[in-house]
Amino acid sequence: MALDVGGKSVETDEEGYLTNRDDWDEEVAKAIAVAEGLDMSNNHWDVVNFLREYYEEYQIAPAVRVLTKAIGKKLGKDKGNSKYLYELFPYGPAKQACKIAGLPKPTGCV
Amino acid sequence: MSLIHTVNKSPFDRNTLDSCLRLAAKGSSVLLIEDGVYGAIKGTEKSDLVTNAMSSIAFYVLGPDLQARGVSSDKLISGIKIVGYGDFVDLVAQHSATQAWL
Amino acid sequence: MSDKGGTVKKLMYINRKAPYGTIYALESLEVVLIGAAFDQNISLAFIDDGVYQLAKGQNTEALGVKNFSPTYKALGDYDINKIYVEKESLQARGLNQDDLMALTYEDEDDDWAEKNSIHIVSTKEMSDILEQQDVVFSF
Repeated sequence: MALDVGGKSVETDEEGYLTNRDDWDEEVAKAIAVAEGLDMSNNHWDVVNFLREYYEEYQIAPAVRVLTKAIGKKLGKDKGNSKYLYELFPYGPAKQACKIAGLPKPTGCV
Repeated sequence: MSLIHTVNKSPFDRNTLDSCLRLAAKGSSVLLIEDGVYGAIKGTEKSDLVTNAMSSIAFYVLGPDLQARGVSSDKLISGIKIVGYGDFVDLVAQHSATQAWL
Repeated sequence: MSDKGGTVKKLMYINRKAPYGTIYALESLEVVLIGAAFDQNISLAFIDDGVYQLAKGQNTEALGVKNFSPTYKALGDYDINKIYVEKESLQARGLNQDDLMALTYEDEDDDWAEKNSIHIVSTKEMSDILEQQDVVFSF
């Protein structure tokens, strides 16, 4: 599958995850978000950027539980809960936000 | 012309380094690759085996495999030469045959 | 103990292989991360060549394979903080704790103080720890 980003074609797998992580930039993220039916707010970007930093450091996309705890620590207790994260990413924060962040599907996520 | 022996298993997990050094002839070469590179480290239970063999055998170790495993050059038994992929090809070409101890 | 009928078991993952020569190490790490979701009492053992998995300074760029060693540092986030390394296995390989990555966790019950997850234990201690487990996974 491929995603059209400003005339440029970006390759994805059948679920919409980027095939090459190096293809990612903010425009690609926005295009994936549109395909997911999401309008990216600053709050969405905070989570997406956090995921990218986490991947950079640990080479994995964190499990939802780990993400929730870490977001709470970094962005404040009011955001470190699954209700807040599911409001931003209705189909699952780890799954949907990871896709927008250009990361692979989280380990253990089916 | 002589043989070049490659060893790709950890000497702490398999006995291929022992077999290799038991049978390698004087003047032949040994190239440690993949998990075999752990055999090039000094101060281990296998270091003496390698050091003793060095009087008659030339030892080489593949640099990229050392780096992947976090083994810095200062940890190696002195006298073992670090080589790259290009040297690997040259070494194979310079010897009469290759024996891979799998 | 969960009140939903589940019991917390002592689970141990035993790692005995070097990191890149075979797929065991990476497979084990993935199973550990997936298994962490089940809230069990998990510990990890590194013996024999498994101790090489925790070596500092791994760089796989020239090899063209993924360097998964940074992922061990995320284990603390997954509440996996009992990591046992057999001293005799280190010694046989000319290694000591300084050659290993520092793995830590934040202790929820102690104001999130950062604590060390790695415990260097003797063969006898490792044997005792193994004996206490309900379930053992071998890699």
